[in-house]
Amino acid sequence: MWELIALNRKKSIFVFFLMMVLLILMGAALGYTVSFWIEASSPVNASIIGGIGAFFVWLILSFVSYTMGNDIVIRASRATQITRESYPRLYNIVEEIKIAAMLPAMPEIYIMNDDALNAFATGMHPEKSAIIVTSGLAEVLSRDELQGVVAHEMSHILNRDTAFLTFAGIMLGTITVMADIVLRGTFFASRNRRSKMSSKNNSGGGNIIILLLIVVFAILAPFFAKIFYLSISRKREYLADATAVRLTRYPEGLASALEKISSSTTPVFAANTITAPMYIASPAGSNIEKEDLGSTHPPIVNRIRILRALQNGGGASYRDYQQAYSKYIEKGFANLIPESGLKENKPVIIRDASKEDKSFSQKKTKRDINDLFIADSGYVSIPCSCGLEIKAPAKFGVTDIQCPRCGKILTVPSITAKINKAAEKEEKRSFSSDEVLQYHRMHPGKWESVLCKCGAQLQLSPLFKSQYLVCKSCKRKIEII
Amino acid sequence: MAMLLVMFAFILFVVLIVIIWGVAIYNALVALRNRVKNGWSQIDVQLKRRHDLIPNLVETAKGYMQHEKETFIKVTEARAKAMGASSVKDASAAESELSGALAKLLLTVENYPELKANENFMALQEELTSTENKIAFARQSYNDETMFYNNKIEMFPSSIVAGMFNFKMADFFEIENKAEREAPKVSF
Repeated sequence: MWELIALNRKKSIFVFFLMMVLLILMGAALGYTVSFWIEASSPVNASIIGGIGAFFVWLILSFVSYTMGNDIVIRASRATQITRESYPRLYNIVEEIKIAAMLPAMPEIYIMNDDALNAFATGMHPEKSAIIVTSGLAEVLSRDELQGVVAHEMSHILNRDTAFLTFAGIMLGTITVMADIVLRGTFFASRNRRSKMSSKNNSGGGNIIILLLIVVFAILAPFFAKIFYLSISRKREYLADATAVRLTRYPEGLASALEKISSSTTPVFAANTITAPMYIASPAGSNIEKEDLGSTHPPIVNRIRILRALQNGGGASYRDYQQAYSKYIEKGFANLIPESGLKENKPVIIRDASKEDKSFSQKKTKRDINDLFIADSGYVSIPCSCGLEIKAPAKFGVTDIQCPRCGKILTVPSITAKINKAAEKEEKRSFSSDEVLQYHRMHPGKWESVLCKCGAQLQLSPLFKSQYLVCKSCKRKIEII
Repeated sequence: MAMLLVMFAFILFVVLIVIIWGVAIYNALVALRNRVKNGWSQIDVQLKRRHDLIPNLVETAKGYMQHEKETFIKVTEARAKAMGASSVKDASAAESELSGALAKLLLTVENYPELKANENFMALQEELTSTENKIAFARQSYNDETMFYNNKIEMFPSSIVAGMFNFKMADFFEIENKAEREAPKVSF
């Protein structure tokens, strides 16, 4: 069933082709200006070559990102991969939705160390995909809410939005760069030609009009390409919400997750214009109530409104979502969900909330995630028989440690080779005094500890107001933001 | 003569189209049947996982819950019964019984705060909650696929091909009792 929906999206494909027309025209315009620039004999041939060339540039870039796009995006977000052992809660939630969606392979799961509340998915095909969640989100959300968010991201993979948006994003990037070259190119061309024209006394009135048209086109094309791109992105968000509800059968989970996300104003550190539409909510954290041509996401209040209507109206099918959309958001708008999704006529019943939500403890998830990052940076955890767990850094250098609670002497296990390598790398990168570390203050007005690169821990008092801190052991400067 | 030849060619053409169309429907039916099978094996994996988890759970809980012998016996019996089920229909019934017994056990856990704080038990609990959810989701997608497949068998014109090649309707995996249906709520 999901395959049918992924295939059936005429509107998005139409807009995609409009973008492609823009791309080829832009290429032709570039060819035309270049022909003036290098004084080629036939500007028409040059523009044909330019148009075809632009298409191939897009094709090659798309191919590159098809084969290795995942890794680039994940590496840029500096996320930590999790496994069933290191963080079972999130792993299990993703696996649950994977089963519901009948996805052929388990997506990779990453946690990004970022206090912003957001998540995104990447992956060119369902066989190889990844879901990235910020640590802030994983801490704050209850099981049902996290399930809703994961289902939304999984829907992007399932509906092939991630691939679609990447290809469209590359197109947008190519158009923008070419428009830039054209604008600069015409500037040079006109300057060169002015001197030649006067010497040859050659009338080029027609050409100048064409060049003027090209300049106007080069100014407008990136603008329109962006509008097209974002219009695809916005409609796909609603569809992903609808699919998520169909998968989890629990609209309230996603609704209250979105509510929590919208109440946070922290922007995502690693987001940019091209990756922004892949997030569950606008990573800039501004798009709560209004929608304009420049928004990457539909307003969160509208999304929540539809979801709540579903929760109270009693259905989780695509048809219910479409009805709620045309009732509350765009009166009478009928084309949000592809027809193959609407065919289903058996009612889809909403399930009840899971019980964990009542006893959900944010403290525990926070500690679990913190442990995850600590383990990832090479700390070893040493459990004491009294129940206390001591975490020793990778370069601790001491073999015995006394338990601070019961006084027992514990042996620090020898550290694995992988972690040693990480420690060595850190050692080799010799520290220069010009390098200023940055530290984002998490809880202003409270005690907080800062970990310097040399391994020393520094305490920030609640009254600390200065912008700089000097590490006591290595004398490095740390900027406090 | 030429007239006959044209007629012959036309009939041949129509027959060819009917054959191609039949093959396409046949292939679609086979693909759907495989999806239903795959869906069932997904449920099966999760049910087995639950069966494996139960002895661990009972072992961990026994030490703390001295007075709940009957509940343990019920869970163990239901598990044995569920493991013996062979058809989809039998499994549906046995698994709903097991879900009920488990839910009852986990409800009584509420009275034992020491057990609830046990690290081992907490990990088991996460696994069990998730397995219950996975069973629910696997059942959900299996039933979706089954409905799709059954509709295709029943509806004209694919019903002709289905009848010719003896495609049988698949059983739904339903949990009858409404109360037991809420098995995924085994969070503690």
